[in-house]
Amino acid sequence: MNTAYEKMIHDLAPKKFSWKGNAWVAVLVLIILAGIYSYVQQLKHGLVITGMRDYALWGIYISNFVFFVAVSLVGSLITAILRLSDVHWSTPLTRIAEIIAVAAIIMAGIAIIIDMGRPDRVLNLFVHGRLQSPIIWDVIVISTYLVLSILFLYYPLLPDFTLLSKHFTGNSKLAKWYRVLSLNWSGNERQVRIYSRSIKVLSVLIIPVAFAIHTVTAWLFETTYRPGWDSTNFGPYFVAGAFVAGSSAVIVVMYVLRKTYKLDDYITDRHFDLMGKILVMLSLLYLYFNINEYLMPTYKSTEEEAGHLRSLFLGEYAWLFWTAIVGGLVVPVVVLIFPQGRKPLPLFVVSLAVVTGAWWKRYLIVIPTLSHPFLPIEGVPEAWRHYSPTWMEWSITAATLASALLIVTFLVRFLPIIPIHETAEERGLLEGQSVNK
Amino acid sequence: MEAEKDNQQKSRRSFVEQGLKFGLLTAASGALLAKVFGKSESPDAEATIEVMSTDGTLMQVPASAVEHTHEKKSGYNPREGFPNRKFVMVVDLAKCRNARKCQSSCNKNHYITGENAWIKIYKMQDSEKSAPYWQPTLCQHCDEPACVKVCPVDATFKRRDGIVLIDNERCIGCRFCMAACPYSVRVFNWSDPWQGDSVEQAEYTPDYAGIPSQKGTVDKCDFCPHMIDKGELPHCVSACPNDVFSFGDMYEDTVTNGSGQSFKLSKLLKDRAGYRLMESLGTEPSVYYLPPSDRIVDFEEGLENYTEFKSVDKPQEP
Repeated sequence: MNTAYEKMIHDLAPKKFSWKGNAWVAVLVLIILAGIYSYVQQLKHGLVITGMRDYALWGIYISNFVFFVAVSLVGSLITAILRLSDVHWSTPLTRIAEIIAVAAIIMAGIAIIIDMGRPDRVLNLFVHGRLQSPIIWDVIVISTYLVLSILFLYYPLLPDFTLLSKHFTGNSKLAKWYRVLSLNWSGNERQVRIYSRSIKVLSVLIIPVAFAIHTVTAWLFETTYRPGWDSTNFGPYFVAGAFVAGSSAVIVVMYVLRKTYKLDDYITDRHFDLMGKILVMLSLLYLYFNINEYLMPTYKSTEEEAGHLRSLFLGEYAWLFWTAIVGGLVVPVVVLIFPQGRKPLPLFVVSLAVVTGAWWKRYLIVIPTLSHPFLPIEGVPEAWRHYSPTWMEWSITAATLASALLIVTFLVRFLPIIPIHETAEERGLLEGQSVNK
Repeated sequence: MEAEKDNQQKSRRSFVEQGLKFGLLTAASGALLAKVFGKSESPDAEATIEVMSTDGTLMQVPASAVEHTHEKKSGYNPREGFPNRKFVMVVDLAKCRNARKCQSSCNKNHYITGENAWIKIYKMQDSEKSAPYWQPTLCQHCDEPACVKVCPVDATFKRRDGIVLIDNERCIGCRFCMAACPYSVRVFNWSDPWQGDSVEQAEYTPDYAGIPSQKGTVDKCDFCPHMIDKGELPHCVSACPNDVFSFGDMYEDTVTNGSGQSFKLSKLLKDRAGYRLMESLGTEPSVYYLPPSDRIVDFEEGLENYTEFKSVDKPQEP
């Protein structure tokens, strides 16, 4: 009997929520219900219930969509890129990253449908789809990424499902579910061979698709002529920003989970330290792209660009812009350079700031450009010159964020958040231990 | 060399386009062929149209039968446009004094109930020391339309006669075309347009935009194909008291203004140094502007009618 192994399964098997967990779910459900109410109003009255109008023709639905796509990229970073580079310390974080990726990409798809004026015609995208349109590219890459992400979450779970079906012998219903999901995994040689090869193939496949989802999302803007979007820098700029948003989201979630489930043995201070270092590197990379994105047009200051940039640096968006850049990137980098800053709690706080800054950064990419068209804004009510989201719009957006968190919560409730089998393997706990025993 | 490459690209593009159109025809041809060959009555002998069958053979089909499959009252396909025409507009900025009759006529005839007109008269001044002028701006019906390029569902489309239209029964309301259009001419139906029973119950066709408008879809200037079909000028052209607009056919090299005077298009553009908006973007608009030089009207006069925050007059609330 390998007691360390038994203890580990016991530690990591999914557990029922305490009252805190239930309260958390209740809050999320309430936010989602409020959002559903607003969305029903939107279906009834049209997009007039939002703050969007003919000039500010996209708003927080779209910036929120871009945020979700950004966050979902982290699955490929932590699970695929690190896995392929033979980095093993990240193994306990892979499932968290993959869960976040799946939740975010599902909500990205829903967010884009929420923005549509005629969601009843969503099937036209398939019936009448034109390959020349970047929206169709997005539909293709996002659905591909969704499938790959789910597979990438699922395959490494197979051994764990078998473990869990044995662990939950007292709960026949749960055990049955795990057994069905394990696809009869017994850990024999043939299964292990297929399993490791599939994961390797997926790791390779998911990287270009992940880059594609965010590059194509950047192209949705870049294919227009508008100042602020008409930039050759946009693809890599979006991808770099996505890694920042995603890795800070992972840090936030891993902190909460470690605290809730007392996982200090598995998610150690070293994990926070290393994730902090990764975040510094990614933030610096993103800052570099930001400098390219803003400095060169400022240097030239063509008439079109100048108006847009002035509104960001000094005008109506200045407060938001500098808070997002300084509070969401510069200060975090400075804090995280110091080892003390990479301790779990400070890192958690900083990551929360980064992820919030990342959400607003998307707002700053989408909205200000739209208030600076080539021709003057005339002949429309004065309110149309500025966009401010309505509370219904906010409640729908909040509901999409809450839904993403609810998906994460649901998966955390039923899946082992730390890959049991892989961690045991890496710790050498499987000596003389067969999974199917 | 450059030109040759361009030509090659164009011919390739038109080849692809034609292929697609044949494809569309083919799709409809199943029922059509059954109709033509299944019935014993002899098809009209005179006019025929060449279509490609699924196995790639070309065959002649009576033109009348093809028209019949597209339920179109005036006998032309609103997605194809009028054959052998290329519509063009000339806007003479030297004559515009912001009378806004073009706008009110357009609003009225297209039953516009929103807050944003499809034709706007902008107060323009290119630089501090240059003279201000009024610039009527409508859909430019570009030959390389940015809006059509990005539409994911082929709801907005370019016809052979140069007109860009929207199929409001296909539009999914993503508003990408509005983001792509550099001329800000597209408007969205943010709410139900409430155009009244007679309009709302009218049969929809893309070549009479606004009849009826549909919630959650995009609208814009349609160059009035429904007027062209009747042999008349677009509403804005005939409504203008100052003959600012001339409308015509590029192939005939003629444009006609609201008073019925016709001009040779090429000569007009040459003599008056015509230009197009944002030529550098490569959108190839079908609307030409004549610069506001040697003006017979006073810019100041137009200020009386200038409404910075309004372009659609609403009926007084009871």
